[in-house]
Amino acid sequence: MKKSPKIAIIDYGLSNLYSISKALGLFTDSAFITDELSGLRSADAVVLPGVGAFEAGMNGLKVRGLADGIKEFAGSGKPILGICLGAQLMLSKGYEFGVFDGLDLIKGEVVKFPETVKEKIPHVGWNKICPPKKDDWNKTIFDKLDKNIDMYFVHSYIFKPSSKENTLAMSNYGGFEFCSAIYEKNIYGCQFHPEKSGKFGLEIIKNFIKII
Amino acid sequence: MAMAKNVRIIPLLHVKGPNVVKPVHTEALRIVGNPEELAGRYYEDGADEIIYLDIVASLYQRNFDFELLKSVSRDIFIPFTVGGGIRTIQDIRNALRVGADKVAINTHAVKNPDFLKEASKIFGSQCIVLFIEAKKVGAGKWEAYTDGGREKTGIDAVEWAKRGVDLGVGEILITSIDRDGTGAGYESELVSAVTSWAPIPVIAHGGAGNFQTVEGVILKDKADAVALSSSLHYKNFSTEELKRHLYSKKINVRL
Repeated sequence: MKKSPKIAIIDYGLSNLYSISKALGLFTDSAFITDELSGLRSADAVVLPGVGAFEAGMNGLKVRGLADGIKEFAGSGKPILGICLGAQLMLSKGYEFGVFDGLDLIKGEVVKFPETVKEKIPHVGWNKICPPKKDDWNKTIFDKLDKNIDMYFVHSYIFKPSSKENTLAMSNYGGFEFCSAIYEKNIYGCQFHPEKSGKFGLEIIKNFIKII
Repeated sequence: MAMAKNVRIIPLLHVKGPNVVKPVHTEALRIVGNPEELAGRYYEDGADEIIYLDIVASLYQRNFDFELLKSVSRDIFIPFTVGGGIRTIQDIRNALRVGADKVAINTHAVKNPDFLKEASKIFGSQCIVLFIEAKKVGAGKWEAYTDGGREKTGIDAVEWAKRGVDLGVGEILITSIDRDGTGAGYESELVSAVTSWAPIPVIAHGGAGNFQTVEGVILKDKADAVALSSSLHYKNFSTEELKRHLYSKKINVRL
């Protein structure tokens, strides 16, 4: 871990910014909120939070000139963590209120929970996450996390990565297995909210800071 | 076979000025304590979320006290649903900037239902909670009230819930005005009248009282989540004790 790594929390007009910044603030005093390209470029790591709809999220990034900046940042190999909508935006396409292009950092789509789910949508509440295979969390930001712990979810749409290799965690809702965290090298995305998932969620935030 | 989902236990804070207060039938107010302290206690006790309602903002057309919310939510790492006087998209944005993760909307939605649609389109359905305060007006009939349960709307509460779903909200918080603060048990009929058709999660509130009534509203009336205020504020039992009881009755909760 770098000494006081600069962590840019990207503000694109839709996020629970205080919740995420105070969670990061428990472990570092060098996280800052920015809606500018210069802020993004100056960072050692980026957090892309999000509470919102896909189209509104992409528009929020584009009007601030941040969409290309995030792609460039992800390409540089520095760590980036997307949360909920912020993670959904990292995929290639989203289907909420229409079809919209995402940042395409990880190949795949964001689709609605299928009709076959035997539960209410949105999926709101605490649910378990587990690795797709045994020990799959070694050397990731979920390293040493208790398997099968509860995290807080609030969403109607889910990740559908093109490759299984990009699945970091799975969850089950209403009998339906879905991908609840994605990754590729330096890029991480959680469908749930680690900043809102009590002490276990905060472990993930801490681990993310450690890899910077 | 998949496990049934966890039922959420949600302490609800009515905030007025610097205090948590407890309305009895939403009329008389009693000061209960300090919001930072209560929220902190509930977080430590394993609450799944916290609902925070600024009961003055809506009633007196005042702006929401964002600074207070910020200080209350500072050390708490579970979701906050925030309501009271939310009237604009900017209000929602501001609330999210100081600790809210979801917003509960009542009065302004009744005056301008399309606000729910606009807000859901921007922040996603999952961020918008329709808050309904219902008062019984006849057999199987409830009227929606606004402004902290003071103003009649002439709108049927159950019909209003249906409209809210059509407008894109992601959850319904339904308070029984008649039961709120009484500890006489949730208004079973009212909760069932919404959960029987609602495709989205329903949070039951008003009247909790004891373990059995909470158990009943979950098992019998199919509440997806339960909100409690007096029972927890006055330490009739703790969130953790309630969860252990529910778990012993084979109700899934996060422990």
